[in-house]
Amino acid sequence: MADMTARLGKLELPNPILTASGCAGYGRELHQFFPVSELGAVVTKSIQVRPRSGRPTPRMAETPSGMLNSIGLQGPGIDSFIKHDLSWLQSVGARTIVSIAGGRTEEFAELARRLAGHPAVAALEVNISCPNVESRGQVFACDPVASSRVITAVRQVADPNQPILAKLTPDVTDIVQIARACNESGADGLSLINTTLGMVIDTDMMKPVLGGITGGLSGPAIRPIAVRCVWQVRNALPHMPILGMGGIRSGDDALQFVLAGASAVSVGTAVFGDPNAPMRIKAELEQALDARGFDSLADAVGYAHLDQFQRDARAAIKTKETVA
Amino acid sequence: MSPVQESAEIFSVKKVGAYTEFTVVAPGIAAGFKPGHFVAAAVGGENSGMILRRAFAIAAANTTAGFAGTIQFIVAEHGPGTRWIVQRRAGEKLDLAGPLGTPFPLPAEPKPAVLVGGGYGVAPLLPLAAQLQAAGSPVEIILGAATGERLFGELAAKRLVGQVTVTTDDGTAGTKGRVTDELAAAIERIGAEVIYACGPMGMLKAVGDVARAHKIRAQVSVEEAMACGIGVCMTCVLPVRGEDGRSRFVRSCVDGPCFEAETVRWDDVGTLPPDLVGADAMAGH
Repeated sequence: MADMTARLGKLELPNPILTASGCAGYGRELHQFFPVSELGAVVTKSIQVRPRSGRPTPRMAETPSGMLNSIGLQGPGIDSFIKHDLSWLQSVGARTIVSIAGGRTEEFAELARRLAGHPAVAALEVNISCPNVESRGQVFACDPVASSRVITAVRQVADPNQPILAKLTPDVTDIVQIARACNESGADGLSLINTTLGMVIDTDMMKPVLGGITGGLSGPAIRPIAVRCVWQVRNALPHMPILGMGGIRSGDDALQFVLAGASAVSVGTAVFGDPNAPMRIKAELEQALDARGFDSLADAVGYAHLDQFQRDARAAIKTKETVA
Repeated sequence: MSPVQESAEIFSVKKVGAYTEFTVVAPGIAAGFKPGHFVAAAVGGENSGMILRRAFAIAAANTTAGFAGTIQFIVAEHGPGTRWIVQRRAGEKLDLAGPLGTPFPLPAEPKPAVLVGGGYGVAPLLPLAAQLQAAGSPVEIILGAATGERLFGELAAKRLVGQVTVTTDDGTAGTKGRVTDELAAAIERIGAEVIYACGPMGMLKAVGDVARAHKIRAQVSVEEAMACGIGVCMTCVLPVRGEDGRSRFVRSCVDGPCFEAETVRWDDVGTLPPDLVGADAMAGH
């Protein structure tokens, strides 16, 4: 049985299967189907400083092998989250990565400050794929400078024991440029990828389906884009830990991300169709690693980048260890 | 009781007018069932490009038949997902999650009740009628649909309660008109103290208006589009007034599908009312 321990920098998790932000609420609903402490970690729905209503309906449209959503980050605000949700996650023994979001750099910093020292917080995922109020709504993660400002501000006030992951949008010309900016600003890792912007028009009504007009596309439809992003960032920044996500619905899908360079993965939209998907994918990934002769998950991370010479060298070391 | 995910063998498939009635073996779901609950079915098989579940009100649950518990639900073909379901045959399996949602609240003591079903919206009202009657509440049922073909459950309703009024928009069955045209008379006939309804949103709003005029409560079950059915995706929200007097977007899958009609802000559905909790934080987004 392969050792499934996942390491995202200094964050060590018993297994690499996490939820994806916005696809598992704050854990309670999925806990009806399996104990959320069995996940590597729960990644919460993005939390903001104040309560947010979210956007008007319709908020969802099913698309080929995917869906569009336009929720608008509905949430209770940080006070209610800490009091009711984070304490619940702690009570059931779930490792928690809190996703934080804001419209201004200072809001991200305030959230990091509020969460500092909280024993239930394993890490922060900084959702910079949201619109920057001060830049006419341009998404932070579309601009290396804006991304860098947020990560720097969060790094300054965040608990040093809470690693920070920057969550990036694929809707950029060069994701490596943004990844590098986050790396240099003190991010401990990267979450790749957020949804990609899409749109559906109702041909009977002859108008956009979603209340928010455009929405984030998720599900298997975006998996190849996500795997490409993980590959490119791993290639450019091989030492930067990556949490991979985008359309994972089987252990084999998860393995693609691991081979491309992800140290752990988040299961998102698959949960909507199959609430037990994270546990199934965990078992399937373990089997897939065993079937390929990997002793550990760590050995498989980034393996697809190795050329034949490097693979042979690894095999030789392994044989030597076995003989010894 | 927590919902479960079950691989449910189809026991029978029956075509009923414009609808298809499924009876499936789902003991875990049947065991927790209360009228108003629904199930969410995966569609298209394991590698389907249709990744979201389809929700159906549970029309009956049977746990005492001497074999594993069964449930019944009614499917109307709307698109590729529901088409896939209606093409399933006995012996095949469906991936179901349930029982889901907040069921209809039941009166503490017997109370005369009028039940109003639009189209196959009568499905959750049939087990409700049986339960209300068993508890001693006099029950009357009104069924409505656009056409006679789109009516559902008339015979089952008659068997249960005797008194059934039927309306259709085009007059192809029962009285030509809307269910609400008959509602006031039904309320007065039995001295109804509560209305239960399930159907399209326009009908539910109209039922709520009649209830208010008669100073009685209406408990209604909405048919909102959902992605997950279990409360995590936040797509199926409605603006609903809370006990504190403030309105919020609440999930029809877990906080509903059964709501007190008076609390739902029907005219604001599809908008962002500025007085909603957290609406002020949406500026600039």
